[in-house]
Amino acid sequence: MTNNTSTSNSSSLANRASQRTTTDAALASKANSHFDRKGLVQLTLLGLLLLLPVAAYFLGHIYYVNLASRITIIAMAAVGLNLAIGYGGMVSFGHAVYFGLGGYVAGISAFHAFDLTPFMSWPFTVPGSDSMLVVWLVAVLLCALLALAIGAISLRTTGVYFIMITLAFAQMIYYFANSWPTYGGQDGLPIYIRNTLPLADSSNALTYFLICFTGLVLAMAITSRLMKSRFGAALTMARLNDVRLATAGINPYPIRLVSFVISAAITGLAGALYADLNGFVSPAMLSWHFSGELMVIVILGGVGRLYGPLAGAVLFVMMETLLGGITEYWQLFLGLVLLGVVLFAKHGVLGWLAGRERNE
Amino acid sequence: MSVTLLIEQLLNGVQLGTMLFLMASGLTLVFGVMGLINLAHGSFYMVGAYATATVTASTGSFLLGLGAGIAAAALVGALVELLVIRRLYHRPHLDQVLATFALILIFSEGTRWIFGSSPLWLSPPSWLTGFVTLPGDTRYPIYRLVLIGMGIAISIALYLLISRTRLGMRIRAGESDREMIGALGVNISKLYTLVFALGAGLAGLAGALVGALQSVQVGMGEPVLILAFVVIVIGGIGSIKGALLGALLVGIVDTLGRVYLPIFFQAFMPPSEATGVGSALAAMLIYILMAVILAFKPKGLFSAHD
Amino acid sequence: MSESVLSLQNLHKRFGALQATNDVSLDLHQGEIHALIGPNGAGKSTLIGQIAGNIRPDEGSVYLVGREITSMSIAQRARLGLGRSFQVSSLAEPLSVMRNVMMGVQALQSHSFRFWKPVASDQQLLTPAYEALERMQLSHRAWTPVFELSHGERRQVEVACALALKPRALLLDEPMAGLGPEGSAKLTELLEALKLEVPILLIEHDMEAVFRLADRISVLVSGSVIAHGDSHAIKQDPRVREAYLGDSDA
Repeated sequence: MTNNTSTSNSSSLANRASQRTTTDAALASKANSHFDRKGLVQLTLLGLLLLLPVAAYFLGHIYYVNLASRITIIAMAAVGLNLAIGYGGMVSFGHAVYFGLGGYVAGISAFHAFDLTPFMSWPFTVPGSDSMLVVWLVAVLLCALLALAIGAISLRTTGVYFIMITLAFAQMIYYFANSWPTYGGQDGLPIYIRNTLPLADSSNALTYFLICFTGLVLAMAITSRLMKSRFGAALTMARLNDVRLATAGINPYPIRLVSFVISAAITGLAGALYADLNGFVSPAMLSWHFSGELMVIVILGGVGRLYGPLAGAVLFVMMETLLGGITEYWQLFLGLVLLGVVLFAKHGVLGWLAGRERNE
Repeated sequence: MSVTLLIEQLLNGVQLGTMLFLMASGLTLVFGVMGLINLAHGSFYMVGAYATATVTASTGSFLLGLGAGIAAAALVGALVELLVIRRLYHRPHLDQVLATFALILIFSEGTRWIFGSSPLWLSPPSWLTGFVTLPGDTRYPIYRLVLIGMGIAISIALYLLISRTRLGMRIRAGESDREMIGALGVNISKLYTLVFALGAGLAGLAGALVGALQSVQVGMGEPVLILAFVVIVIGGIGSIKGALLGALLVGIVDTLGRVYLPIFFQAFMPPSEATGVGSALAAMLIYILMAVILAFKPKGLFSAHD
Repeated sequence: MSESVLSLQNLHKRFGALQATNDVSLDLHQGEIHALIGPNGAGKSTLIGQIAGNIRPDEGSVYLVGREITSMSIAQRARLGLGRSFQVSSLAEPLSVMRNVMMGVQALQSHSFRFWKPVASDQQLLTPAYEALERMQLSHRAWTPVFELSHGERRQVEVACALALKPRALLLDEPMAGLGPEGSAKLTELLEALKLEVPILLIEHDMEAVFRLADRISVLVSGSVIAHGDSHAIKQDPRVREAYLGDSDA
């Protein structure tokens, strides 16, 4: 009896599957006009970010190339945070800690490579390194480990608790960096010579921008692919309705934890790039103010959108540069803009430019 | 000698704890009654300190200044509630965090614009300077003792307010059931403004009192705010009792850790290194405490919302 | 009678002074619909919580196809074959029907730590999800976002989500709630066909549906099962009339 019903059903499945593709096509064409506008905005954004610095470089304006690198790196850090906040619904108020840790990996590694002293000599010797590849790998791994520990505790809680706990853990690391004297304490740590890459001159501003740009595009591509996969489907469900996810047989906790770890690793890699860009790391990279600014960037751009962090970073750094050039109190105006966006324009700049995001 | 140090540091810990309680009680009330996470609470602390410093400087009376500080913070709190906060009650926590983060930026930069970047000068009145000798030959500043006394007095007043008065009854009703209190015919938006202003006033008082001990400057509220967060997370968000216990715990652990951890490490390390390791660890101590408590009780010691 | 698929043995749950579940034993057999009825406040939600896994009983145990599941998580129970629907719709509103149903298929097939292959073209996921939707006569709505569905359709999607798990037992919490007579009749028909494959523990207020569908009925009052039998016996039972039908307009 049982078998009868299911075989009669599966016999028509081929038909249904073909019907599905037509439904999908109909849906796609319905979304087509929407796609055009959205695609155009996104392509313009990415294209300008790539082309303007190249032009600036050949016109001799190195300042603007470095500004573009700054935008790119901050956007990448925000891409990481967006995975947690936007896609996973985990409002982490402590992502600066991964940014800062990534930065300190670059700084400390360069410090020991420059000094020719080992980072540690017991139980085994770990030398410093001025290779970016090594720095990146270590930064990603350490940030993942730290996020695993912080996430494992924080994700046992939800809502306001989660926000406050991620903030508190970040403060813990911040105060630690401030009071640990070996690497400069609150004065920070300079990187005298930028870390190096094989086959590329990382000290060249344009080359370094292109490295950062590649990093950003990769981070966005990974996020996009991830969110379309089974893991992404589960994460989306964990954000929208975690009871439904559990009832469907999937425990939300490990899904959230893994995405939190990936999110931290992306932000940490951005931190390593940032330290090498500025030739300097300090506890400011770990501060809760920066955690807040990263959130602001994600929200300004449009939370849970692939290009949101980029749009937000462009807007943020432009405001900082333009308004900051006019008044030293520019953050007052940032506050007003942010208040306006939160109260009245919930979908961010991209929501306004490119239309509402669809969940499918 | 060592007993004297212990007594002195314990008192310092209690003093920090009582001031943290003034901050944390407002935060936890606002969360318990309105379900709102307010980052801008540290700004009220700053407003209280600035108003007190300004009025004290122009009138020469610390008490007048203190009154002005509380009033200014409560007034600013009420205004902020009317203009911004009430639009946020039904919003997700992310929106609340961002909007109140925006308020911090506005308050901090606005204050810097008006008063400049250099700290203002505020000191305890002359009749509160000096020391008392406690049992065990401990000399302890009178002003700090007064802070402890005020903290205890306000804790009791707050307890009486919440457990014995009509206003307190409404606050408790609002905590347990937001719909019901509306149905009872209580003017809920008035209640919310009042609770918010009360919390802001307490924060302003804390800022003024501590401002006379440390310095009055932009951003002074932020470290305290984060400590207050730790306090209410430990105590259980929404619980006044939890806030009191958490505040004392954090105050004492933090103070003692900063003094004793470096001493402890000196037992088996060269002094300079011991100071570094000890103070770095001391800075992390309360967060480790928080993590341990949360590992066993994810909703804090006294959760009002279970 | 065949073996019992889902079995509750001597469950007790107390909240402070309230004895919400008092020594409840129930079982669900292959091929049947077992209805659980009771007035408001009888402790139905608490009992469902203990079966589904969001509430731990103080005493007693729950078995699913012979395995003890008393201390398992919600997700573990689901993977072992406990499908459930909720009293209040618990679907992810912005997502399509398909996305909601696919979740259960995904849980059955493997762990969810697959990061690369897009689900939108994954026939391994789509085909079984379609099958479940078809069983609820909803495959034409597969790509509609849930928020565009009617109330009745949502109820059907809830059941389809549970079916995607290829459940051994279904726990349906007031599936008829809020449905008009027409929707209720349709769902009744669907459930009647379904019970031959999956036994159903039905918690329901709609007495007409209960008396038509249920092979057996248990009546829960103040945390205890006070009566048990087929619909005829329950209709006649004086204790039920007094405790339940008497003070309810069902």
